Amino acid sequence: MAQIKGPKGTPTIDMTPMVDLAFLLVTFFMLTANFRSEEPVVIDTPSSIADLETPKNVVLITIDKGGRVFYGFTAGEDARVQVLKNMSAKYKVGFSPEQYKKFSTLSSFGCSVQQLPAYLNLSAEERKKTGFSIPNDSINNQLKDWINFGNIEGTAAGKLKYEEAADNDPDVEMNEFKPKFILKADGKALYTHVKNVIETFRDLDLNNLNFVTSLEAGTKLEKE
Amino acid sequence: MADMGEGGGGHEKGGKKRAKKGSTRVDMTPLVDLAFLLLTFFVMTSTFSKPKVMSLIYPAKPKDNQVVDDGPKINNAITFLLSENRIFYYEGEYYPIGNTKGKPATQLSETDFGPTGLRKLITEKNNYVLLNVKKYDAQFAKRMITDKERTELIKKAKENTKALKVLIKTDDKAVCKNFIDVIDELRIAQVGMMAPVDLMASEYELIKAKLK
Repeated sequence: MAQIKGPKGTPTIDMTPMVDLAFLLVTFFMLTANFRSEEPVVIDTPSSIADLETPKNVVLITIDKGGRVFYGFTAGEDARVQVLKNMSAKYKVGFSPEQYKKFSTLSSFGCSVQQLPAYLNLSAEERKKTGFSIPNDSINNQLKDWINFGNIEGTAAGKLKYEEAADNDPDVEMNEFKPKFILKADGKALYTHVKNVIETFRDLDLNNLNFVTSLEAGTKLEKE
Repeated sequence: MADMGEGGGGHEKGGKKRAKKGSTRVDMTPLVDLAFLLLTFFVMTSTFSKPKVMSLIYPAKPKDNQVVDDGPKINNAITFLLSENRIFYYEGEYYPIGNTKGKPATQLSETDFGPTGLRKLITEKNNYVLLNVKKYDAQFAKRMITDKERTELIKKAKENTKALKVLIKTDDKAVCKNFIDVIDELRIAQVGMMAPVDLMASEYELIKAKLK
């Protein structure tokens, strides 16, 4: 009986489509990725049905479980340096050029202006362990100044972007480029802490606040 | 290597000696390894869904020289009092014990954050707006009104005196989640008018009595 022989040699698989696919996916994820920014604390936000996208130009106040307050500002590095300069002038705290540079890349921080130079010299890991917070009581309300300067610089930076965009598209609205105010509070944070921050905003006549929430699983908006 | 067996063979007949054709194939396996390594890295580091935000417009603070007026008398209002994972409410105005108007003192009722508690309560109370929203939605579906008109009409319905108005007061133990939950339910029930207000001392006493 003649035996049917299989092909000699090792079986080969053509890997080319697989490589194609893999690189396609890599490209996709590379382009869509927005990297997790280094945050000083982990915040477990409450869930809601809200479905508004997080805006680009924001002043972000983070409140953690223990009521510590953090400040973040995303209008660009130049604007961040300007905010720090304003604070430095107001509170008479000096910063070195290196510290300015470090501050411009810091996504969010939580300490008083007096502690800030030392805070900037720490590494990211050490910063997480400090336990500092931005003072926002009625005697020493530094948060108010941070928000105020953030608003001014954010508006200026937004205006530049708006003018740029308006050249290409006359329909864009200034409103989209104005800084938005975002509160990212932990679900377990005491409401009194949150309220203090809200009152600080309201003192500055900034009444439109946005709460960061995660999308609620399962429940959808019922029309009935 | 996987591909080395191929090519080159099959030309021995005829005696002509040709230069051995080298395989043009490249082994792709390491490339695949690399690609998937990168893929895994980007999948892990990218945040898939951007967090959503809930916009909330607070009433402007009265200026110092301005007299705080209580506004028009509330006729369809409900006040929620929040404590740690508990929610109490009363309807209409607040009457303290022994008030001059001779009304019975306000009693707190308790509800819960679930769909059978809070949601049921406010959807019933806000029936007027919900019915109207449904009506306008139907009209919009039949193209009797434009989208813009619908938004306007819904806004008007929410400001109507028959629409529910909600005050939210929180005590010192309430957590942020409780507050967001209530706001969320108000969104679902299309409540247009809501305001966070400071807790009165007598109301705090009532909550404390309830918590015992």
